[in-house]
Amino acid sequence: MMRPKDPNRVEHTLRLIVSQLLRTGVITAAVIIIAGAVLFFIQHPGTAFSYHTFASEPARLREVWTIITQAFTFRSRAVIQFGILVLFATPVLRVLSSLIGFAVEKDWIYVGITAIVLAVLLLSIFL
Amino acid sequence: METIIAILFAGALLAGFLGSLTGLGGGVVIVPLLTIGLGVDMRYAVGTSLVAVIATSSGAAAAYVKEGITNFRIGMFLETATTLGAVGGAALAAILPAYALMILFGVVLLYSAFVSFRNRKEESLPVRREQPFSEAVVKRLKLNGSYPATPGPLIYRVFNVGWGYLMMAVAGVLSGLLGIGSGAFKVIALDTIMKLPYKVSSATSNFMIGVTAAASAGVYLTKGYIDPVLSMPVVLGVLLGSLMGARLLIRAKTKSLRILFAVVITLLAFEMIFDGITRTI
Repeated sequence: MMRPKDPNRVEHTLRLIVSQLLRTGVITAAVIIIAGAVLFFIQHPGTAFSYHTFASEPARLREVWTIITQAFTFRSRAVIQFGILVLFATPVLRVLSSLIGFAVEKDWIYVGITAIVLAVLLLSIFL
Repeated sequence: METIIAILFAGALLAGFLGSLTGLGGGVVIVPLLTIGLGVDMRYAVGTSLVAVIATSSGAAAAYVKEGITNFRIGMFLETATTLGAVGGAALAAILPAYALMILFGVVLLYSAFVSFRNRKEESLPVRREQPFSEAVVKRLKLNGSYPATPGPLIYRVFNVGWGYLMMAVAGVLSGLLGIGSGAFKVIALDTIMKLPYKVSSATSNFMIGVTAAASAGVYLTKGYIDPVLSMPVVLGVLLGSLMGARLLIRAKTKSLRILFAVVITLLAFEMIFDGITRTI
């Protein structure tokens, strides 16, 4: 292998934006989940471990809007679930920010590629 | 309950650490720990594993992207294959013999563990012959890159884009179909087929698995597979583990990483073959 200078173009800013976004998403999710964990140990001390049979989650922990409204009433499970939603949103926002980044760089082939990924991702989430 | 949460946190720490070093995501450790270790129902295990994969991916990718190890363009380009594959896999789940396929995929993993171990001293695997079509795509999409190393950045070339793309589609189908194993096939596509340096393969796979997993997140949430109490220690453990793994990868020797990869996917292969056999019978 050769060892001359970096051929990758000005992607530096794009890289910084994306890594910053991932970091922010992950830290936000972690902080919310830690808060939820503290609430859980206060609200439900001595809960039994019962996951041997599948019972699905109650509806309030399965729908995005109920999770968000319940989280603001500080019910521990809803708060944790809200943190998980933030975690799930992070990769989607990462694709969105890459799309914007490639558009700023006027790299139209990659704007197209990223738009396809974003479209498939959104379709699979909302269909 | 507190003891089990502590066990899950420790397991997740290991999952995030191994997942970020190998590019496999956190599911490799989480699923067997929950099902075999703690007797948790498979559906909760798969849901928790999905949470672990997204956490590993985002946690490690933040570091890898910043350091410039991830090949951003390859990642974005191949995500078209994995996301479309994932949607296709979920749609085909009712028709395909999913568990019989697990045996086949397990055997493929054993083979690539062997290839990885045999070539443990190489930064990137040897190229058999160049393909003009692949060359044209690589040039048009600017896929070649470089990554930081000592004493200076290493420049690398990308090969066999067509086959790599196809393998990525398989990885996507696999994650839509079974919810596991897609990280392993991503590393195989990047490392074994496209001949990227191992660190770049691992970092780029890590970068991609979060998006593939996010494509199934909505379905899993709606079906009630995502439990907050199981996920709580897993997310926190995996995040911490993946940050530690990412720090280590940057300095680690490729040889040790390849050996680690070979060991972990051998275990994953046995897990898949065993699961495939017990479920088809």
